[in-house]
Amino acid sequence: MSVKLTTRQVGDVSVIDVAGRITLGEGSSALREALREMVGKNQKKILLNLGEVTYIDSSGIGELVSGFTTVTNSGGNLKLLNLNKRVKDLLQITKLYTVFDVHEDEAGAIRSFA
Amino acid sequence: MPENASHTPETVERLMDSTLESVDSAEELAVKMAERAGVEEDELIKVGMAVRESMVNAVVHGNRYNANKKVRFSIAAEPGRFIIQVGDEGEGFDFNSLPDPLAPENLMKTSGRGIFLMRSFMDDFQIRHLGSGGTEVTLVKNLVSK
Repeated sequence: MSVKLTTRQVGDVSVIDVAGRITLGEGSSALREALREMVGKNQKKILLNLGEVTYIDSSGIGELVSGFTTVTNSGGNLKLLNLNKRVKDLLQITKLYTVFDVHEDEAGAIRSFA
Repeated sequence: MPENASHTPETVERLMDSTLESVDSAEELAVKMAERAGVEEDELIKVGMAVRESMVNAVVHGNRYNANKKVRFSIAAEPGRFIIQVGDEGEGFDFNSLPDPLAPENLMKTSGRGIFLMRSFMDDFQIRHLGSGGTEVTLVKNLVSK
């Protein structure tokens, strides 16, 4: 499996559930398109659930950074949810862990947008 | 270390197309061979990621997906060391002046982390210009004996 993205709405927060691999090619393109679409629809509160992400490479990291910048520049907030150990380690060694607002609990993450 | 770690030396060399499919198959091959060579489970993902990053650099930045250019990919499972080499036929680049991806001014850049990740995940990392004009990366993972 490459990547599967599912979007759902929880109150005024748009949640994107990501499963699979975010790597150069289909995976990172799909994420980029999903975030652009959200911004295009003027969604300001976006929660990226990475709980089912099995693998992410430097291109995928770049896509997260790009998405964060795009959403922030449009006046919105992009937050991350459910990082597994691999993704968390990757964001830590690249010093990006503290850049993102990372949550482990969906309800808490949703509340944090208020 | 797995019981089969007292392996016989194994060497594989492939001339691969400049495609993303080559990136996937190189990663898959490297992980399988690393497992046979006795690389510990936690380290397998790091070997796979380092290989992926090196192959992406060769295919995308080196050969620029050029169908006429190949990526030379080799793996040598030696006693005590697991060695991967990836060579492209690109125009090369100045790897001595790469920006530090951890510097505050570079932190939010969308690219430039590949070589940093290779260095982080492997025990040794070497890069050199090839006489033919390309770039060759050598990745080494030491095999821990118990």
